[in-house]
Amino acid sequence: MTALVDRHALEEQCTSCAPPRIEPQPTHEIVKWLRATPTIWCPGCSNGIVTRALIDAIIGLDLNPDKVVVVAGIGCSGRVAQYMNCSTVHTAHGRALPVALGAKAADPELQVIVVMGDGDSTAIGGNHLIHAARRNVNLTALVFNNSIYGMTGGQMSPATHIGGYSTTSVYGNVEPAFDISELARAAGASYVARGTPLDYRQLVHLIAGGIVHQGFSLIEAMSTCPTYYGRFNLTADPAEFLLTQKERAIPAAKFEEGESRTRDRYPVGVLHHAERAELIAGLEGMRLRAREAMEGDGG
Amino acid sequence: MAPAPLEAQQTAPSSPAAETRSRSVLMQGNEAVAEGAIAAGARFYAGYPITPSTEIAEALSRRMPQVGGTFLQMEDEIAAIAAICGASLAGQKSLTATSGPGFSLMQEMIGFASMAQIPCVIVDVMRGGPSTGLPTEPSQGDVMQARWGTHGEHSVIALVPSGVRECYTLTVEAFSLSERFRTPVIILSDALIGHMREAVTLPAPEELDVPPRTEPECDPDEYDTLVSTLDNILPRPPLGSRYRVHATGLVYNRRSGAPDTGNPEVANDLGRYLREKIYFHRDAIARVEEYEMEDAEVAILAYGSVARSARAVVKWARARGVRVGLVRPITLWPFPTRAVDHMAEQVRTVIVPEMNLRQIAWEVRAAVAGRAKVVDYGRVDGKLITPAEIEALVKEEFYYHKWDAS
Repeated sequence: MTALVDRHALEEQCTSCAPPRIEPQPTHEIVKWLRATPTIWCPGCSNGIVTRALIDAIIGLDLNPDKVVVVAGIGCSGRVAQYMNCSTVHTAHGRALPVALGAKAADPELQVIVVMGDGDSTAIGGNHLIHAARRNVNLTALVFNNSIYGMTGGQMSPATHIGGYSTTSVYGNVEPAFDISELARAAGASYVARGTPLDYRQLVHLIAGGIVHQGFSLIEAMSTCPTYYGRFNLTADPAEFLLTQKERAIPAAKFEEGESRTRDRYPVGVLHHAERAELIAGLEGMRLRAREAMEGDGG
Repeated sequence: MAPAPLEAQQTAPSSPAAETRSRSVLMQGNEAVAEGAIAAGARFYAGYPITPSTEIAEALSRRMPQVGGTFLQMEDEIAAIAAICGASLAGQKSLTATSGPGFSLMQEMIGFASMAQIPCVIVDVMRGGPSTGLPTEPSQGDVMQARWGTHGEHSVIALVPSGVRECYTLTVEAFSLSERFRTPVIILSDALIGHMREAVTLPAPEELDVPPRTEPECDPDEYDTLVSTLDNILPRPPLGSRYRVHATGLVYNRRSGAPDTGNPEVANDLGRYLREKIYFHRDAIARVEEYEMEDAEVAILAYGSVARSARAVVKWARARGVRVGLVRPITLWPFPTRAVDHMAEQVRTVIVPEMNLRQIAWEVRAAVAGRAKVVDYGRVDGKLITPAEIEALVKEEFYYHKWDAS
């Protein structure tokens, strides 16, 4: 009889890393990390809040600005690469993760942060997401999940809830949505967290936790898009939209086991944090073994 | 010197003694590409298995870790070329290898590499197509895709090896060109060249032109004021340096590097520059080999594996006193217009045999511009064009020659 190996048995709860307590910085410190303003984002969009949380996490961790690399895909979130004042790559739609993987493997000293949207990371780039998670490569993926394609004018995405309205689901979406955090966890990501722009301090802490973690980290930031998603589905009022997260975002510890995420109720906080074989370290080990084998052959 | 046993070859290149002299080895075309990449200083490979290119991945999965490099088998070819773009941006010479179906998938990021001016090398070991086509049979069906496969105006360099030694030397040259022009360079091998084994004498490392990846030396503030010209293409600072560069697939201002999609002048400047940075230098880049062309009346223009049959025909014809020569493009893109122009002044007929249906023949017709007759001949059945087929075409051009008497 074949013994089944529980994949999760190969993991251990990660206790070796935890971010320090981070105090949010005043705006004049934040703008030092920005190349250009104003942004392309609509009034009321919370992408700016998520970007600021990323910058606060970077400053709070005292990362060397010359070694931080932000790699982004295409969409509203993709513009983060253009705005951040560090080495940046604005790749093609969905391709941020493999570009980031190449950069990280070529120079492991880089602190590579990947910024993607929900369509970017789970539709056109979905294959790259599950394989980056499977490889458990030491990258930090920050997904701006606004549940819609904003840049192209409000089409449904794989994160649009069933029944949701968009310019391409005018009778209501008939497709169930991806739970991006669960997808990443199931594929092998060793740090998975979800946060909201409403709880800014928590979001900063979750992003910082992903950056310090050695392995593939995914932080799903529930960005709000009042212009398209909100107007079609909830409310066009930015503050009102943000405040709905107060009821909907449930601390992970209080989220009932077995309960699945819905538009109205989703867990926030660190959802998964484990130690698992990491790719960049694995590649270094392979180089040592290859050299030993070569020398063993007498050169 | 007798060819070294295969096992010895696999480890020999990394021993110090072997790397300081030229060596004679029995090698497969795909293996020669892999060794050429190592000799060129490439230390990053990402790819996806596909016939008939897989031996390049297999060889580099063994070799890259030995030399401190990285081998990654990706989830698909899109990820493979994306990864080499990332590695190159981080400062490492990088390559990928594939065949037709994978080459089609790579077109998106070849465009990104052209736009963001990322040096990298893509090896396309051509097989019959379209689609899954003839996975194990050679073809030259991707030559136009190499030039125009990605959308939008762009420039590209493509080299065509016609033997195992050239698989090695042209891979080295591909890296040199990609670094110099900050552009993707495509090697168009095929199933025949890739799988063929030949005894070859590889050049010693000191005979190779291997420019290192250069980095700017000036202050970041000063770097921001500089702009590449056609004669001086600035080096790109690696990611994670104090220059904090931005690489983008959007139209960007060549002076600041910042995206700017609302300014026709900026778009025009970049669009024309991306084309001209190659075309301005096309006579220096585009190489052809001329064989028995001094007094040729009829030229055979052939490239890659077909050039091997064409060369045999030239020998056969010359042995019979018939003035036939060979023009073999080594560089297919930019097209060697000057060499074809020169040929058109000399010969009355150009025979263009290729394993596709007239893809390069049209380019030859444009360059010949009516000054000579152009005879095209194509096969798309996965079979190599034989010397006998080309001989028949030559005989038609010399119908007055007493073939039986010679």
